[in-house]
Amino acid sequence: MQSILAVDDSASMRKMVTFTLTGAGYHVVEAVDGQDAWEKAQKHSIDLVLTDQNMPNLDGLGLTRKLREHPKFKTVPILILTTESSDQMKQLGRAAGATGWMVKPFDPTRLLEVIQKVMR
Amino acid sequence: MGETMNEGQGLGNDIDLSQFYQIFFEEAGENLDQMEQMLLALDVDKADDEELNAIFRCAHSIKGGAATFGFADVAELTHQMESLLDKLRRHELTPTAAMVDVLLESSDALRGLLGAHQGRGGEAPATADLVARISVLAHGEDAQNGEDVALAAPVIVVAPPAPQPRKAAAKKTERDLEIHIGPLDNPAQADGIAELFRDIPGLGTVEPMACDLSTHRVWRARTSATDSDLMDLFTFHVGKDEIRIVDNSVAAAAFVEEEEPVGTGHPHPTTEGRDYGFFEGAPGVPTPAVAKAAPKAEARAPTAAGAGLESSTLRVSVSKVDQLINLVGELVITQAMLAQKSRELDDASNQPLLAGLADLDRNTRDLQEAVMSIRMIPMSVVFNRFPRMLRDLASKLGKKVELVTQGESTELDKGLVEKITDPLTHLIRNSCDHGIEMPEERRAKGKQEHGTITLSATHEGGSILIEVRDDGKGLSREKLLKKAREKGIDAPDSLSDSEVWNLIFAPGFSTADTVTDVSGRGVGMDVVKKNIAALNGTVEIASAEGVGMRVSVRLPLTLAIMDGMSVRVSDEVYILPLSNVVESFQIKPEDINTMAQDAQVVKVRDEYMPVVELERVFQVPRVKSSDSSPIMVVVEAEGSRVALMVDELLGQQQVVIKNLESNYRKVPNVSGATILGDGKVALILDTSGLVRRSRH
Repeated sequence: MQSILAVDDSASMRKMVTFTLTGAGYHVVEAVDGQDAWEKAQKHSIDLVLTDQNMPNLDGLGLTRKLREHPKFKTVPILILTTESSDQMKQLGRAAGATGWMVKPFDPTRLLEVIQKVMR
Repeated sequence: MGETMNEGQGLGNDIDLSQFYQIFFEEAGENLDQMEQMLLALDVDKADDEELNAIFRCAHSIKGGAATFGFADVAELTHQMESLLDKLRRHELTPTAAMVDVLLESSDALRGLLGAHQGRGGEAPATADLVARISVLAHGEDAQNGEDVALAAPVIVVAPPAPQPRKAAAKKTERDLEIHIGPLDNPAQADGIAELFRDIPGLGTVEPMACDLSTHRVWRARTSATDSDLMDLFTFHVGKDEIRIVDNSVAAAAFVEEEEPVGTGHPHPTTEGRDYGFFEGAPGVPTPAVAKAAPKAEARAPTAAGAGLESSTLRVSVSKVDQLINLVGELVITQAMLAQKSRELDDASNQPLLAGLADLDRNTRDLQEAVMSIRMIPMSVVFNRFPRMLRDLASKLGKKVELVTQGESTELDKGLVEKITDPLTHLIRNSCDHGIEMPEERRAKGKQEHGTITLSATHEGGSILIEVRDDGKGLSREKLLKKAREKGIDAPDSLSDSEVWNLIFAPGFSTADTVTDVSGRGVGMDVVKKNIAALNGTVEIASAEGVGMRVSVRLPLTLAIMDGMSVRVSDEVYILPLSNVVESFQIKPEDINTMAQDAQVVKVRDEYMPVVELERVFQVPRVKSSDSSPIMVVVEAEGSRVALMVDELLGQQQVVIKNLESNYRKVPNVSGATILGDGKVALILDTSGLVRRSRH
């Protein structure tokens, strides 16, 4: 089963994402912020990272940069969830090494569509 | 924004989002609480970056959830708040008190909106005005700050400025749409839709797009027709539920912005939508060839649904916990009964049984403690509501007051937390209104302009001590004595300080010189004391004139269990709340004097005290033997003492309180019942009732 690391400081978003992804047959590792995600990324085998941007301790961009420095995550797709207006954030996302971005709010179907495009 | 959301709702109809509503509401509530606290703590003059970031995150988090779960009004207001906070945290704007005010108002409004969505309590508040006001604050100074913004954004240096979206504006009427059809058993059925574009002149153009799902068809269309017109046309061929129209006009602009700066050219219409995108050449970017189909339904592992869920807390209904506590109470009683019976057994021959009973005793106690702790919640739940209240109050009174809280993590039974909030609110109001002086008055006295009110909670043995301290003017002995005499209360100068302070608990007593808008009318300190006494608690006051005042409230940790003293009257056993028992002593029958109307008094150290004969109150048949000398137990309640006449003191014990009213009916002079170790029911005496009785 493919594993997705879902990072969001909002419990309701996390639950929705997890519910959606597990329902589609993925294994989900949840993390409450970038720091937590970084620690969990060491311990689990991860095929894709789906991270919120605004989080305490370590944000999505910081997490992305950190993961890209790690050999294990050189090629793992990383999607950053962002707000619709932040084009600047998208540029930063690209610079940090993110694979792509997805606008919040999204609906579960759309989330699966996007994920299926990057999962190999 | 709104458009995206409506679409989102339509799309998500295979997953029921309402299952996440409750968790969203709880989370939003927590975020609101946190945001409010941080806003109150925010020092406008030197706002900390991390604080601003944290406040921003709260608004951001609520917005994200609200938009996803379809609460448009909440999303709209939080969106505005977020915009303002974003500018603050990026130093594009400087925080002002007006901003904090409007953000606090907004958090109140959000509470109302969330409440309305949850279907409790009234109509949703109107937020248009707030939205407009925040918007003015957020954008009002844009013009003058415009240059700074550009400089403050370092990315602009790396990447050329994004071109303005212009495509949509250029062709106002023609839209760039993605039309998704499916799922269909026979996708060819949808091909009729493409033919519509060929057959109807002026409708527009259509071209097929790659689609990962074999049950779906996707077209890109350029048309000036409205969504509803298109829907009407398409429903000739397929069901309404199977049609999804995505307006790409905005997205087209968005991903040109994405692609053009790096000059890689070819946008990938097949891999980008309006609401997501991939970076060319980034690790993990899909190529059409490797893009995989959805995991098939067979791949679903039902057991996996909960696999990733990790939670350190559990929300359970209060009724379940109450039931658990009740059952443990029963178990404690059964255990006590067994323990009592076992004392009659022969130690040697029943060794294994007695050892087992000893284990049962220990485990029962541990279990009881563990179960009681489930109901325990930190005092911060109560404390957190005061900063806001005090802020409003102080600004209304023109005072400068700082609230310091200590021991927020001290835990207290949930039932008590709910009941202690009102008395504490009153005490804090009093401190602010009557205690803390006006800034100029404080300056004149050589004090800091800012008054400080300290709210603290600590555990002390089996009880909790909550203190409200202020560094205001304190109580004035002379003033209190004068007031008391005006009210006809006997108040000689010989009263000790603490006795004088206790005068403010007399009904109708107010220390305020003038009745203000805030306090001095309605609830007085007498009600506070009564409410705390009803919780088996006590209140004490300490004060020094000019320095401040301290009110100490002592409460039992829980309402379900009580330390009691059991006393025997004839064959009956009664329980007295230990917190009300002052002392006990043996007397000779001649120490009791009978006064007019059969009222009896006993002389205790030169003081006469009313005697309550429990045998009379409860009409217990009693054989008086001349040689037995009665025992007096002095109990204190509502500031008065009475001596209860009993036959024997049996000892102290913890009792599990059973409500008599809900199980039987209200009985005068009795506050509840408990079950003793031998299985007998004993009444718990209502000391306040007995004291009141003796006054008549």
